[in-house]
Amino acid sequence: MFDAIVIGAGPAGANAAILLSENGLKTALIDEQRDAGGQVWRAKSESILEASITDAGEQGDALRDRLKSSNVITKFNCRVWHIERLENGHWLLSVVGGVEKKLITKALIIATGAQERVIPVPGWTLPGVFGLAGATAIFKEHMMAPKRRTIVAGNGPLLFYVASETLSLGGRVSAVISINSRTDWLKSLPAMLSNPSLIWQGLKWIFTLNKNRIPIYWQHAVKSVEGENMVDGVTICKVDQNWAPVEGTDQYIHGENLCYGQGLMPAVEATHLAGADHHYDEKLGGWVPTIDQWGRTSVAGLYACGDNAGIYGALAAPIRGSLAAQAVCEDAGINIDRKAEIKKLKVAIKFGLAATALTIPRSGLEALITGETEVCRCEGITRQEIDFEIKTGAQSPNAIKSGTRCGMGPCGGRYCMDSVALITQHRTKKSREEIGLPTARPPLRPVTIDDISDDLDYDDLPIPGVSPL
Amino acid sequence: MMPIFDIAIIGGGIMGCGTALRLAEGGMRAIILEQGDIGQGASGVNAGTLSMQIKRVKLMPYAIRGHEEWQHMGDAVGFHKTGGYTLAFNDREAELLHERMKMKKEAGANISFVSPKQLNEKEPHLAKKVIAVSYCPDDGYANSSLTGQYYRKKIDEKGINFIEAFKVTNIRSVSDGYEIASGDRAVVASRILIACGGWSKHITAMLGVDLPIRARINTVSVTERAPQLVSSVIGHATGLLTMKQKENGTILIGGGWQGKGRPEEGRGQVSVDSLVPNLQLAKFVLPALSNIRIVRSWTGFEANVPDFYPLAGALPNRDNAFILGCVRGGFTIGPYISKLMGDYILGKEPEMPLFDPGRKMEEGKLI
Repeated sequence: MFDAIVIGAGPAGANAAILLSENGLKTALIDEQRDAGGQVWRAKSESILEASITDAGEQGDALRDRLKSSNVITKFNCRVWHIERLENGHWLLSVVGGVEKKLITKALIIATGAQERVIPVPGWTLPGVFGLAGATAIFKEHMMAPKRRTIVAGNGPLLFYVASETLSLGGRVSAVISINSRTDWLKSLPAMLSNPSLIWQGLKWIFTLNKNRIPIYWQHAVKSVEGENMVDGVTICKVDQNWAPVEGTDQYIHGENLCYGQGLMPAVEATHLAGADHHYDEKLGGWVPTIDQWGRTSVAGLYACGDNAGIYGALAAPIRGSLAAQAVCEDAGINIDRKAEIKKLKVAIKFGLAATALTIPRSGLEALITGETEVCRCEGITRQEIDFEIKTGAQSPNAIKSGTRCGMGPCGGRYCMDSVALITQHRTKKSREEIGLPTARPPLRPVTIDDISDDLDYDDLPIPGVSPL
Repeated sequence: MMPIFDIAIIGGGIMGCGTALRLAEGGMRAIILEQGDIGQGASGVNAGTLSMQIKRVKLMPYAIRGHEEWQHMGDAVGFHKTGGYTLAFNDREAELLHERMKMKKEAGANISFVSPKQLNEKEPHLAKKVIAVSYCPDDGYANSSLTGQYYRKKIDEKGINFIEAFKVTNIRSVSDGYEIASGDRAVVASRILIACGGWSKHITAMLGVDLPIRARINTVSVTERAPQLVSSVIGHATGLLTMKQKENGTILIGGGWQGKGRPEEGRGQVSVDSLVPNLQLAKFVLPALSNIRIVRSWTGFEANVPDFYPLAGALPNRDNAFILGCVRGGFTIGPYISKLMGDYILGKEPEMPLFDPGRKMEEGKLI
């Protein structure tokens, strides 16, 4: 039995866990990765420990050191697959990959971070297509870039980071396709100036691209990914103010890899499964748990911090971790004063919100998802099938799922349900809030029966009374 | 102001939609009020088993006709007649199986006993520890996920009105019948039919009628696509397992293991303490399941009353108010009993007797 368990060992979660244990709470920190750091401060693979030091790497190492010298009980390579609230208000977590299969805690902090938004276009499932955020994970862990030519496409700051990092690691970049216009970027500059060092970093990225004469296509989008068995190029087109494709502006760009993403969305499956209230806020990246400024959700004993509670970015994450830890302590009757953090948060979120603003999907985006585009890659469901289901009356993600099997595969709808909602919004004119989220159900990630149970002695099976005749 | 309907049906599942279709044939103007989406409550989340071997003896004639209805709906609901086996692994279960299947056979179900060897020839992947097996060639399944799509299309074709996301917040008597409100929206109808499964207790209470309705919280799980492992519907002598592999390779595992929650609070939650033994039992019966991933587990509410017989008829102490629900085996029986209910509301004599909701109920025996 723990006083607190934190799910997710990124900057928010790890920081929260350290603070909780410093205040005398018996705390566990769970992460599916092999070490702390999350996506942004991801630990390097052991085979490249000697490789050069990066900023993010340094911050990550500092966090990992603090964690090692703390009393936090870490559980890495460990995955939570179910969360239940017990009658006494405690939380029961079902986990795989650890020694125990069940963990119980009084307070639960969820810090599961973000997931990538990928707008499906024809060919997006071809081998050679990576997520933008997925590419950063490979850079950070292995410090490797693909040797073949890479096209980098999508929106937000990640675009320029991925392109410049690919070059720095010895890769080749064919082009950068930014759906944002230069004007979008100029508009976000004032807010971003709250963090001059990051602006400076951004300029360095652009400088690297210019120096290498990498073409940047502003206000352009990938219309389709070309290739037989793998990527050999993309067709791009100009988009209008609403990001709808402009007729007659198609161009072909050659390349064997595509790093592609349209920003980050809060990963809310865990808070949703735990029963917290959620609302849709496009400024925060999409669906978020409804929280107070410390991170308390609508359910007592359940807290959320980090990008899963709104995409504020890496700068804000550790501060949000501190605030959530403070709320847990306060609710446990321990007083710690970190109110100063609130002020720091206000500054930190400016940059994060400005970056997220660049990624808010606009109304024309759905037009890139053509009829024959596979929206649900697990089940092979196309946009046409989803459109038909909506046209014949399905109005919610649950109804569309049931009728088409869209989202019923192993990913549990994680990759397609946002696109489905985008399409539903276009067809029904309902708000995202009205359209709603599909029901959250376990397992959070697929598990085998052997993963979650021990061998059975048949006579020990708890057989309740049989049904009446 | 909306027009006055002949009847408002609360609940857009199999019971409510089935009754509405029958009423439309009889010329009655119905409106279906559904708190979520059509066919997405218990009708859409149950395991879809159409098995005579798990039906109650007294309800067997209804189940046989319900089964015919599903067969008739066919591909549109993913109907498959695969045959079904019920397995016993020890003497106690074998005795239970013999005793029960004999009675079900007498009630009209086409059930026989086969040898474990015969089972093994048909289903070689099942555990070899079986000591007794019953078989029914009529057993099979439908795809409950398609219930909503099917009924929405049917009621649409018949021009039956329906409102989704209409969560009833109040019902009151008005001079013309009943006014049913959801927040600031309201519908007036001369009659009312309550057909909202686990939520019926809460709704009948709005009419001042207290019925001893309870809800079971049944758990169902589905695996990722797997190679062909079973071709028949598989059950367990205790009724605590149903298992079938669909055409797409996914395996559906049910058996009525209990989750948590109450209908008033949402859709219910999976409880790991009952999910794990449910899956362990499934793996015991089909050992190859051990390394196939579970993709999703969920719960659905199944309403019942103490004697475990349906509520199907006029609501006690209210005029022009009816209830249909608490049918054990409701997925199988629903398309048929809803026709009977429609006939009853239309003032016709139903083909088979209904079940008076005002009857005295004694606690049904759990063996």
